[in-house]
Amino acid sequence: MTATEIAPQLQPAGPLPKTREKIGRRFAYGFLILSITPILIGYTWLVVATISTRTEGLLPRNAEGGIGGFTLRNWDFVTDSAIWNAMLNSLLIAVAMVIGVGIASTAGGYALSRMKFAGRKTFLSMTLVLHAFKAEMLLIAIFFVLRFLGDIPIIGNYIGFNSVGGVALVMVALELPLGIWLMKGFFDNLPWDMERAALIDGASRFRVWWQIMLPQVRPGLAALSLFTFIAGWNAYLVPFTFTIGTKVANMPVFLNQLISDTAPTNWNQVAAVGMFQMIPLLIFFIFTQELLLNIYAGGSKGT
Amino acid sequence: MKVELENLSKSWDGVVGAEDITLDIADGDLVAFLGPSGCGKTTTLLMVAGIYKPTEGTISFDGRVVNEVAPKDRGVGMVFQSYALYPHMTVFGNISYPLRLQKLDKGDIKQRVQQVADMMGIGDLLDRKIAQLSGGQQQRVSLGRALVKEPQLLLFDEPLSNLDARLRLTMRGEIKRLQKDLGITSIYVTHDQVEAMTMADRIAVMSKGVLQAYDVPEALYDRPKTLFVAGFVGNPPMNFFDVEIRRTNGEFRARSEAIDLILPRDRAEKASTVKGKVTMGLRPEDVDLVADSSPAAAGLTLMGVADVVEPLGREDLVGVNIGGVEMRVLVDKTRGVVIGDNIELTIDTTKIQLFDPETEQSLLWA
Repeated sequence: MTATEIAPQLQPAGPLPKTREKIGRRFAYGFLILSITPILIGYTWLVVATISTRTEGLLPRNAEGGIGGFTLRNWDFVTDSAIWNAMLNSLLIAVAMVIGVGIASTAGGYALSRMKFAGRKTFLSMTLVLHAFKAEMLLIAIFFVLRFLGDIPIIGNYIGFNSVGGVALVMVALELPLGIWLMKGFFDNLPWDMERAALIDGASRFRVWWQIMLPQVRPGLAALSLFTFIAGWNAYLVPFTFTIGTKVANMPVFLNQLISDTAPTNWNQVAAVGMFQMIPLLIFFIFTQELLLNIYAGGSKGT
Repeated sequence: MKVELENLSKSWDGVVGAEDITLDIADGDLVAFLGPSGCGKTTTLLMVAGIYKPTEGTISFDGRVVNEVAPKDRGVGMVFQSYALYPHMTVFGNISYPLRLQKLDKGDIKQRVQQVADMMGIGDLLDRKIAQLSGGQQQRVSLGRALVKEPQLLLFDEPLSNLDARLRLTMRGEIKRLQKDLGITSIYVTHDQVEAMTMADRIAVMSKGVLQAYDVPEALYDRPKTLFVAGFVGNPPMNFFDVEIRRTNGEFRARSEAIDLILPRDRAEKASTVKGKVTMGLRPEDVDLVADSSPAAAGLTLMGVADVVEPLGREDLVGVNIGGVEMRVLVDKTRGVVIGDNIELTIDTTKIQLFDPETEQSLLWA
């Protein structure tokens, strides 16, 4: 039988399925557009608000009530050192989390995936259960832990209550169950033979982990780092609870301090600070978009 | 290097992987571990490599017990079914990895890698990434990586299973030639009995973690010691029938409802100790159609109906129904057997095998 004889059977019979496919695609797009509209409106409002004196709905208004009244006054805060300090704190927390979670999750995930030791199963189920506890439930207990850590001479100043290090430490701990499970999953998917080959080639167990296994889970580590960075950058509850004053405040806490209970709040300035907080993440996303798509599409690429 | 396994066992929480394996491998020999999947052959291989620690027993290299020696200090090279190459490195990176771990001089490494790569016919692929190679090329890289450190012992874990049939044939010959040229003692794990028969100096047949037989290929084929070996070695597999052996008028006859054959005295006598039924084995190539020109002697033929005909190219594999019992027979294709033919078969009874159905041990080669 030749190819031309088979071909008609392989193609859809008649034009009907094609039209149906088109309608289906239109419906899907319509549904997606509809569902992201509220979010798009929200962001549009945010951008408009940051450059207006005041807004009514999505429309900027000037003093006379007409459309207009654009201003950059809302952005005056960029000359204030307090916001840069808050941004530095946010960055410190996020970076410390990426490093801490990255190291502990890859090492722990590998051990849980590949090694046999007493209490392995218990540990696995416990971390899963711990992940189910919300951070809010642990705040009071964590407060006492941080107070205790703060009493340790010298290093207590860096990891105790009301310190950036203390906040980072708590955030790392809260993020670890997810990180360890995620990395364990990636290690589980790697063939044992590759590891055995490396052991026979003369590598130590540590070297196998570092030189052979880690490069294979890079996409997973990248995804985890990204989640962790965002979690650290946007952290609010933990920094808000365990810091006092402006010196150790990070961006979300700083934003909250702008909203006063006693004086009228300049909401347009709040919007501008919120926007300012988003900018680094936006830039980050633009540059890593392709990588992210690869990670979400199916873990590691190639063989 | 001489390898000795003594009473080697491995189990995990009561699940037995390999049990009481004892065998010696002479220096320079290629020994095949043959058996169906899950028979413990890979488990045994990984114990020799040092990846698994034996639960019991010892492994000795040249008389030195190596149970506690780390894999990297055993001087073994291993080739895996999945190739187990490092995908983030180039071909050069893969082959040179064992040497780089030994912290050899850069120039030396380059020279040795090039030499091995040329030997494997991949000398011009050194800069490629692993994902850019075909399966056959990847297996050559894997073999190169095992050879580059000049091992005392080469371990193969079903290295050809992932290749297509034609490439498998080529690589089979290449590995055997290479192994003989270099004179490296080798263990070759496979479930393919043709691979084992063609490549190995000796074959260890395993089943359910137990060593069934350890002998040269011809001996396993002609004098199988157990029913399992008889059934597993040889393609197409041996036919088995339940028969009773009786002595009448000085003749030994194997009988069942469908079968009545005169057996040669030397073989049948050994089976006469068994009361009741014995299992008779007969290879498909030891049966032939009776030629019209020369009728066969009485008592050496069976009548049947062809109910399956599988052309193999050179021969036809014919399934013959003999009074309700199925028998596979290799027939010259010029005989033109078609389904439904009534055919008369002549049996080469001098090749017949006899087994005790209870113990599954051979009655001839105990």
